[in-house]
Amino acid sequence: MKGNRFANLAVLLLLVVTVVLSFRFLDMNLAELFSAEGLRQMGDYASGFSNPDFFPQHLSAIGRGALETLAMSAIGTLLAALLGLLMALAAAGRHGLLARMASRFVLNALRSVPELVWAALMVLAAGLGPNAGTLALALHTTGVLGRLYAEALENTPAAPTDSLCLAGSGRCAAFCYGTLPNIWPQLVAYGLYRWENNIRMASILGFVGAGGLGQMLYVNLSLFQEARAATVILAMLALVLGVDALSSRVRQRWVTA
Amino acid sequence: MNTPAAQTLHDPASRGRLLLTLLMLALLWPGLQLSELDLSVLFAGDSASAMAQFVAGFWPLAHDGEFLRLLWRATLETLAMATAGMALALLLALPAALLATRALSLSALSRGGRPGWVGQLLRWPVRGLLIVLRSVPEIVWALLLVRALGLGPGAGVLAIAITYSGMLGKVYSEIFESVDLRPARALLAAGSSRLAAFFYGVLPNAAGELISYGLYRWECALRASVVMGFVGAGGLGQQVDLSLRMFAGGEVASILLVFLVLVLVADLLSRLLRWLLV
Repeated sequence: MKGNRFANLAVLLLLVVTVVLSFRFLDMNLAELFSAEGLRQMGDYASGFSNPDFFPQHLSAIGRGALETLAMSAIGTLLAALLGLLMALAAAGRHGLLARMASRFVLNALRSVPELVWAALMVLAAGLGPNAGTLALALHTTGVLGRLYAEALENTPAAPTDSLCLAGSGRCAAFCYGTLPNIWPQLVAYGLYRWENNIRMASILGFVGAGGLGQMLYVNLSLFQEARAATVILAMLALVLGVDALSSRVRQRWVTA
Repeated sequence: MNTPAAQTLHDPASRGRLLLTLLMLALLWPGLQLSELDLSVLFAGDSASAMAQFVAGFWPLAHDGEFLRLLWRATLETLAMATAGMALALLLALPAALLATRALSLSALSRGGRPGWVGQLLRWPVRGLLIVLRSVPEIVWALLLVRALGLGPGAGVLAIAITYSGMLGKVYSEIFESVDLRPARALLAAGSSRLAAFFYGVLPNAAGELISYGLYRWECALRASVVMGFVGAGGLGQQVDLSLRMFAGGEVASILLVFLVLVLVADLLSRLLRWLLV
């Protein structure tokens, strides 16, 4: 740690005081929460989940919901990668200053709004169902990926593209053969990383009506069907673990930058 | 200069890439069907007008005194939720990371860094627990805890604590393993306890990264707190949910604006702390 010891200790003390004030402000009585009565209450509620419902009917509904969630996250991320790359070209300054400022503003606006708010907006526009979820994920992730891709583009040497342009090739071909091979590993890596994040978000966008496992979970919990909700949560867990594992395998194998 | 064009060189990776591309194209059709993607709804007449009407309701922003006081309290609640949740998560994550990391493995000293099978077996359950804790989205925990504990930030704090302890624990254990381990190994080989080897061997090198990642996760916790408010965990998110249900566009716009400012301020604060401490 740099700086003098006194300043460091002062900052750490300030952090500790902030934490204590947070607990006081929330008025959370942790002692009461973890007392015998509190634990018994939570135990009663948790016991409803201890017997997951594995009937074939429910399992097939979960299978369909899982595929819907997977498709939502994959198609949304793919769409966002395409749109993000297009906007990143402008945001990296390749089309002039005005385009750069405009595209950066749009990308920041897209990524600042949380996915759930986008999903609520899209449900308004597109109705209930996975379409709203896909569009919401695509819009938010375009902002995130566009910003990451723009930074990758800025850090790429421009020499190959410039030399191709000077030798007479069109701008599109110069980009595809000059820049794209350099940044391809980063594009894929960021895209896969956002897919890992989006599979978690896709599960919960269903809470506002965007389809998939989230909608099933919300319905089951609202109807106090805890056994069925437990199976849905297990399916969500399996989906997240599967996508995480797949994404890290793909990154290790195909994206050795 | 003529080179013999008898052998055409072919790219050894091309077949694999072609198969992969075909596989992705084959999966594209069922993906589009299942996700029911339809971009035209963004531009179609009636849905566009529904969105436009909704967005038009955003202006004027709600700015009466009572609402602003409510907003201020909700902001503080969100900040407190994120901070308290992170504090609890750290409390759980640090011991778990110490248990799970291979940096403090005694059996690894004689094996060049890889623990013996007993060491790996004992560490595996802790790693598995951390992975499971971080894989269930925190909002699912929030949904369950709201029904168990009632509406309010308590559910949010516990949900963040559970999920983020998994995230922090796993990443911290990996950070411990990624720094230069020679001081720690020297201490262990000379007979020090594992805790002493950690505090004097690993922590001085790793502290910067630990603080950096912790502050990054605090920013994420802040955004997660707002999202969890949607399902009843208090703070700004619950306000947005209430205002949305009442179709009070001006209030929703004010809350979204406050959220944007909060995220910006948190970013600046975390950069300041990183500059001070790292």
